[in-house]
Amino acid sequence: MSEQAVLVLRGGRIIDRSGERDGDVAIAADGTILGVGGTHDADRVIDAGGCVVAPGLVDVHTHLREPGREEAETIESGSRAAALGGFTAVVAMPNTEPAIDSAPMVREVLALAAGALCDVFPSGAITVGRRGEQLAPMAEMAALGVRLFTDDGAGVQDDGLMRRAMEYAGGISVPGGVTLAQHCEIEALMRGGHMHEGAWSSRLGIPGIPAEAEELMVQRDLALARLTGARVHFQHLSTARSVEMVRQAKAEGLPVTAEATPHHLALTDELVADYDPTFKVNPPLRPASDVEGVRAGLHDGTIDVIATDHAPHAQEAKEQPFDQAPPGMLGLEVALAVALTDAGLDIATALARLSWQPAAIARLEREHGGTLAPGRPANLVVIDPMATWVVDRAASASRSRNNPWHGRTLTGRVRHTLLRGEPVVLDGEAQR
Amino acid sequence: MRHLLSVGDLGRDGLEELLRLTDAMVEVSGRAVPKVPALRGRTVATLFYEDSTRTKLSFEVAARRLSADTMSFAVASSSVNKGESLRDTVQTLQAMGPDCIIVRHRSAGAPWQVRDWSDARVVNAGDGWHEHPTQALLDCYTLRQRFGSLEGRHIAIVGDTKHSRVCRSNVLAMQALGATVTLVAPGTLLPPSTAGWEVEVSHDLDAVLPEVDAVYLLRMQRERTAENLLPSLREYRLAYGLDRRRIGLLQEHAVVMHPGPMNRGVEIAGDVADLPCSLVVDQVRNGVAARMAVLFWLFEAGGDIEEAADV
Repeated sequence: MSEQAVLVLRGGRIIDRSGERDGDVAIAADGTILGVGGTHDADRVIDAGGCVVAPGLVDVHTHLREPGREEAETIESGSRAAALGGFTAVVAMPNTEPAIDSAPMVREVLALAAGALCDVFPSGAITVGRRGEQLAPMAEMAALGVRLFTDDGAGVQDDGLMRRAMEYAGGISVPGGVTLAQHCEIEALMRGGHMHEGAWSSRLGIPGIPAEAEELMVQRDLALARLTGARVHFQHLSTARSVEMVRQAKAEGLPVTAEATPHHLALTDELVADYDPTFKVNPPLRPASDVEGVRAGLHDGTIDVIATDHAPHAQEAKEQPFDQAPPGMLGLEVALAVALTDAGLDIATALARLSWQPAAIARLEREHGGTLAPGRPANLVVIDPMATWVVDRAASASRSRNNPWHGRTLTGRVRHTLLRGEPVVLDGEAQR
Repeated sequence: MRHLLSVGDLGRDGLEELLRLTDAMVEVSGRAVPKVPALRGRTVATLFYEDSTRTKLSFEVAARRLSADTMSFAVASSSVNKGESLRDTVQTLQAMGPDCIIVRHRSAGAPWQVRDWSDARVVNAGDGWHEHPTQALLDCYTLRQRFGSLEGRHIAIVGDTKHSRVCRSNVLAMQALGATVTLVAPGTLLPPSTAGWEVEVSHDLDAVLPEVDAVYLLRMQRERTAENLLPSLREYRLAYGLDRRRIGLLQEHAVVMHPGPMNRGVEIAGDVADLPCSLVVDQVRNGVAARMAVLFWLFEAGGDIEEAADV
């Protein structure tokens, strides 16, 4: 081996899609992996003893708020939170202001993301302005690298338009093709609602959103996927029946994938009892039986990925009466720990759901996820799976504080994150 | 520091204490000079984000009978219309030093935030669909005046139970005091779930009326037809309106209640509202005494009400 390693991650347990082994990971000056396993030497050695070394995490569902809502988050602050959470790539949702619904908007976000602490891949809107009326120029955005399209924040309501979107997306010929990601909520059933409709909403006097608002759109999109053959990704599934429908569709062979958020894997609607808008989110927190159903789907693989739906909101926006505050909660910095703590995944399964499976869905496998092998970019995370910590919302790198995990004790912590060989997080501290 | 946000926080003991205090306040209110110095030097502020005549007036009269100073934050003509947030409004009000804030807001839970954002004692005077604790207190007091106790009594709450804070508070209070509650409403106007409420639910008013000691009618908002929750007010009146014929189905001793304002000709026939079995006027009269009791209780004023009332 002629090239000299500039950095070695020493003595970790290496886990990637191909399996597990012990050893060092050596990194070359150009930010690629030089060697995996065995022992390596370099001038700079980062200790990974007792830790897991893995491909960096990938979030297919992040709200970075820039452009438009920079008081809540910027690409810089959000990417720093992502890096601290072990993510080396995030897919930015297009519900910015203006929406990412055109090639110039994709270019702008890519330009803004040039110096970010993780790779930022914009997703594109399915419809112009996310208004659900007219298809957005998806092929032009795909040509710039966009692989996921979604009107996230809302689902495409019109059945006919969604069918056309699927047919059109299926004909966009870029490497790997494109995927439509749907936020499943029927507006006619959720309108005016602010939390899960059930015992707690009834008691608290808060207008509810029934589980069926989500389930009906899941059912519709499965039918349309069957009709069109399109690849559909279901965002933030929150009910046991949604998961069951996707489970059956996969058994049938439909090309569908699904994600669950950390909060839908652990938090229940009972948390709204004190009217704290921190716990307001769409889809809403559900009862324990749904949390169990989503967890079961995560364990059996029906849920392919954990995606954060990291949704920052400025303090003044959240400090309002519950029904006036916007929905959304933070998640980038806790996702891995929640996977290990509340969701009860072993580390290898957690990494599958948080690294290589999301990388595959977002078509990012050339640079992220996959296996650690010589020549690949050194996008890596080093995790102490046994470290216990208490979440402190004030300590977040996010500009926002709508953190439902505040005060909770979690197990599993990111120690180091490397982006193309650069340690952007060392010992839990962002390096820039 | 005491607050009154939810009937659920009071429990049976708290309710009984407030009912005893209400008794004493009824006595005070009957005097030639219905005023005691219990809250002299205290300031009670009303912060009403929804139109209300009787509740706001009732609180202000109650505060003055206890010798408190009152101030009123007139939301409609204030900076709130210029986009001021609830938090900023509360902090502005707080700077004027009220000892107690009585808040009504269209959002469920807003009084909890007012509590968190101020240093004052907070009374929930109605939050969205959620609760209206002083209404439940005066209703239970009125029932107790008539029946001596709510223990073993059966009360039907009829109408828009889904959107009713009066209903939620009364279900909690009446049950805590030993009564059985049946909700009578069309399917669209019931809470989505009554799990944990321990109420009976019926869609047949005629079948329920012979069983109950009291019929509590809720106000039917006219806009419910626009939301397709009802085909028409006429259809509602036919199925759920209390008219002369239905009065005939009641037991001899049964009473009729309504939180006001009434829609005569909708939930209650015009000639029924004024029958001797109607307690509507008693409810309004007891409203002031119940709110005096709440204010007195909040300040834990002087321990003994008889002593305070004697001064």
